[in-house]
Formats: sequence, C-alpha cells, structure tokens
Amino acid sequence: MAILNTRGDRADALTTVTGVPDHEYRGPRGARGDGRRKGGRRIGSHVFLIILAIYFIVPIWWLFVAATKDTAGLFSSPAFWFDDTFALFSNIGELFTHQGGIYWRWLGNSFLYAFAGGIGATILAILAGYGFAKYRFRGRNGVFGVILGSVMVPLTALVIPTFMLLSQYGIINTPWAVILPSLLSPFGVYLMRIYTQDAVPDEMLEAARIDGAGEIRTFFQVALPLLKPAIVTVLLLSVVGTWNNFFLPLAVLTDPQLLPVTVGLNRWTALSNAGAGGEQVWNLITSGSFISVIPLVLSFLFLQRYWQGGLAIGSIK
Amino acid sequence: MTTQTTAGPKPVATRRTGTTRAPGSRLERRRQRWGWLFVSPFLAVFALFLVFPLFYAFGMSLFTSTLATGTKFTGIGNYVKAFTDPLFMEGLLRVAAFAIVMIPAQLIVALLAALVLDSLTSWLSKLSRLLIFVPYAIPVVIGALMWSFLYSPKFGPSATLFTAVGLPTPDFLASGTIFGSLVNIVTWQWSGYYMVVIYAALRSIDPSIYEAARIDGANGLQTALRIKLPMISSSMVMVITFALIGTLQFFTEPVVLRNIAQGAIDAAYTPNMYAYSLAFSYSQFNYASAIAFSLGALVFAGSYLFLFLTRKQSGLK
Repeated sequence: MAILNTRGDRADALTTVTGVPDHEYRGPRGARGDGRRKGGRRIGSHVFLIILAIYFIVPIWWLFVAATKDTAGLFSSPAFWFDDTFALFSNIGELFTHQGGIYWRWLGNSFLYAFAGGIGATILAILAGYGFAKYRFRGRNGVFGVILGSVMVPLTALVIPTFMLLSQYGIINTPWAVILPSLLSPFGVYLMRIYTQDAVPDEMLEAARIDGAGEIRTFFQVALPLLKPAIVTVLLLSVVGTWNNFFLPLAVLTDPQLLPVTVGLNRWTALSNAGAGGEQVWNLITSGSFISVIPLVLSFLFLQRYWQGGLAIGSIK
Repeated sequence: MTTQTTAGPKPVATRRTGTTRAPGSRLERRRQRWGWLFVSPFLAVFALFLVFPLFYAFGMSLFTSTLATGTKFTGIGNYVKAFTDPLFMEGLLRVAAFAIVMIPAQLIVALLAALVLDSLTSWLSKLSRLLIFVPYAIPVVIGALMWSFLYSPKFGPSATLFTAVGLPTPDFLASGTIFGSLVNIVTWQWSGYYMVVIYAALRSIDPSIYEAARIDGANGLQTALRIKLPMISSSMVMVITFALIGTLQFFTEPVVLRNIAQGAIDAAYTPNMYAYSLAFSYSQFNYASAIAFSLGALVFAGSYLFLFLTRKQSGLK
C-alpha cells in the first residue's frame, strides 16, 4: 500500500526541501518490476533509520526526563522515565534563587555573545564575499587565497595568543574579549563569495549602475535581496559557532558574572563532582542544560528550509 | 581605442566581471577602491585576530622566561623541547589515533544515513532526518555533559540499558574504555551535520543518470558505489577536511569528561589541553605558545596535504 503512495510523498518532499537544488519528480522508483522485493528493502531501510534516530534522540530524551526530577529522583528513579514528583518547575524556580539566579545571567551572556558575534561576523562576511565576487581589484586573488588557506588554521591554536594580546589591551574579562575574536569567520567569507558569484548576475549590477544607482545602493537594493539563503546559513553557522564556543570564554573570562551558559554549567558540574553535599546541584545542571538547548533546537526546526540547502553551499559545484 | 568604454552606456551583455575593462581608467580605479572598501572590514578583523596572534605566538615561542633569569631569547629551543616532550608527543599520537577512528566512524554513519534517506520519501524518513540532525544544535559542552551523565555509574542510565538486554555494564570511564566513549560522543554530535551536507549533495545529482544506470542493469548497491559516491566526492572531501581539523584540535569533550574521569584523562590528554594547562595552570606562556603554534602548523600542513592528495576528487586546484 505504502509503495503506491510514492508519488504523493515525493511531491511533498520537493516542497519542503526548498533550497536544495532538486530536480523534477524522480518517478516512482521501484514501482515497476519486483515490487515485493523493493517493499522488503524499504522496510529494512526504515528499520535502519529508526535505530539511528533512537541512538541520536535517546540522550536528549534522557535530558528532558532528568530535567523534571529533583536531586533525589535523579539517583533513585528509572533513568529513562519520569519520577513520581514532577520537579521541572521547582527546578526552574531554584535556578532563579541559586547563587542569586546567576544561571539566567549566563543564558543572557550566551545570547549576547552569540548574537553580537554571529551578526557581526555575518555582516563582515556578506560585505567581503560581495567585494571578492563582484569587484576585480589588484591583489584580490592573493588575498582571497590567504583567507581560504586560513580556513585550515585551527581556531583553538589562536586562543592562547589572543588571550595574551587581549590582556595587554586590558579587555580581558570583558564581553569584548569573547565578541571581538568571534567576528572572524573565513569560512563565512568563502561561502558568501561563491554564493554571490552565482546568485547575483553581473548584468543586473551593471543595469542598476546605468540607472544611476551608486555602489552602495546597488549593493543594498539589488544584491542583498538575492543573497537571503546564504545570509541565513552563514548567520546560523556563526551564531551556533559562538554559542558553542568553550575554549575561548574559558580562557579569557574569569568573572563568574560574565560566563556563557556552557562554561557556567561545566563549572557547576566540576564543583558538584568534587564538592560536598551542599555544592551538589545535579538537578540544576540537568534542568539548566535542558533549558539552554531549547532556543537553538527550535531555531533549527523553524529555519529548516534555509539551512538544509544552505549547509551544502560550497560542496556542490 | 575600442576598449575605452568608460563613459556612457556600456555594452552590458558582453561583459563578465569587467575582465576586458581598461586598466588605469577612472572608472576602473573607482571600482578597485570599492572592492577594497567592501573587503576591508573583514580584513581588519582578519589581521587583528588571526594574522597578528599567529605572529605574536610565534614571537613569544622564541623566548623563555624564568623567575631566575628573566626573559631570554632562546630561538627554536622551545620547539626542540616540544618535539622531545613525551607529554606533547603522546597527545599528538592520541589525536592522530582519534582521527583514524573517529572520522571514518562519523563518515560511515553520515553516508549510510544520507544514502538511505535519499532513497526514501516517507514521513518517517523526513522525521528521522531531523532527529539525526538535532545533536548538531546542541552545544558541544552540553552534549558532553549529557553523555557524562549517561556514562556515570552514579546515575545509572547505561546500567538500565545494559541490564535490559542482559549484559554486564561496562565502565565507560576507565582508562581502557574512555577512548571509545569519546569517539561515541563526537560521532553522536557531528554525524547529523555531515549527513545533511552529503544528503544535499545527493539531491543535486541529476536523477536521469539513475534511469540510465537502471537500463544498463545496475542494481541499487552498484548505483550507490559507482554513481552516487563518485558524484558527491567533493562534498566528502569537504566533510573529511572539517572533521580532520576538528579532531586534531580536540579539547571540549575530554575537558568536560575529565570532571568525572580524572583517572583516565590527564591534563595533557590532547595537545590543546596541554597548551591550556601550561598557560593557565603553570603560567608558561612561552612554551604554551610554542605548543599551540606547532599544533596549528601541523593541522594546517595535515589538512593541506589531504586536500592536495584529493585534489582530483574535490576539483580544487
């Protein structure tokens, strides 16, 4: 029965996966010939997928369940199911009182760093990508070659020298120490350049110039609207990158009030493992972790149609 | 004479990015300036947070400072010390071993999932695609924290699972098993991202090729191995390069797991951890710079070599 339904499903898939350069309806694969054997393979494929999906989702399910337990429940109740007492809301309440509600401060810091760094990096990448793609200036290829090569420089190798530099300028232990280095995204520039090259026809730019538009107006009114998918992708990648960053804030921030949520929760875990009963806040670690993953997971779900195609920019020729 | 088309209406349709534009003309100089203007904000950040720290680190690494003698120029002394330092060399070998195991593990999961997803059209396959990707949206620190709970004998989720299938629960945090435990965390976290990239590449293949293969009598496996795989080789090269760069700078996961597995993970477990502890626990910034710079150079050389060896597959020159 399900086999007969391929046509409808494929059409549906085509509409949801926008952004991926897809082709016309591929035809009901396997509708001809030995339908039964194809059906068997399809079941095998689905079983394989279900096993994979379970592997990838079970830890997250565990985190959700654990976030609803108090500390005693974490140790005594079944690991993958809810405890009798539903403690999620009391945990959230405790997050507001423990150490003066520092958890929410951390979450706010993470948002600040991720958005300031991510939006900044994206703006720089759009401008540079457009400049490299649409202007021929002396030294362009050389400079772009260096930037492309720098994609292969491990950013963590820069953390210690960056720390030493920033401490000389006296901006260590300030939000700037995390935000400014996060503006660097050579890969974003690379993505924007190759996307701009194809998505913005030179003829359109020339036409705008002939109509008397200046370079800035041409950029904002002609080029920018065409770059939307790539912009969303680069923005998503750089926000995620900064939100995820651990080594840099670990090195350049010591003031507990400035930590992002990742470093803060790791600190709580280290204390809970080493410390006595009073310092053990396992229920806050699980519920805090759970709350901190919600924003990004939701934005990936809602921005699906952009990133699914966008993440592949640069790999498809 | 004929190339002097600087003023008045330009022959728009014949021009591609101005290759034929006369050098030295006023418009040309103006365009050059705009090109530099667009790329300069990024270049400033690039110089400040990539080029300068690299040179600074290299400069620092040529000196040695001790309490007794002060800061002294020691040339390549720190590098000689680094490459004869058993802690650094063990760390290097360890990340090389991680690269050999972890990259194929992620790649196989990602590739199999992408191939299966590409052949299915059901709602179940669409749901699985999302579920497999979700871990990418979770910060690495939170992912590692989650798995450290799952591994922990104190909380016992792993014991629940192993007892359910009638197996003895292994100790995931012993020195013999920690390697595998870390491989599992990274595979869980990154396979979904790689899967999306490979999947998008598969979707961009013109399906009429499959039709031709089927007429020639190729079965599903042959189509996958002889047609799909070669056609997505540039994406595969990109994915492997990213995985390689990420693995060699391994830091976050072992640092987080170290909270509960001090015995199995020492402070010099990976080169990055070693550099971090040299700098921030022992204040040996000069030697830490030498380690960081060496690691950066090795990663750069390694990924460059890989791209060089696969230049045919990736289409890069």
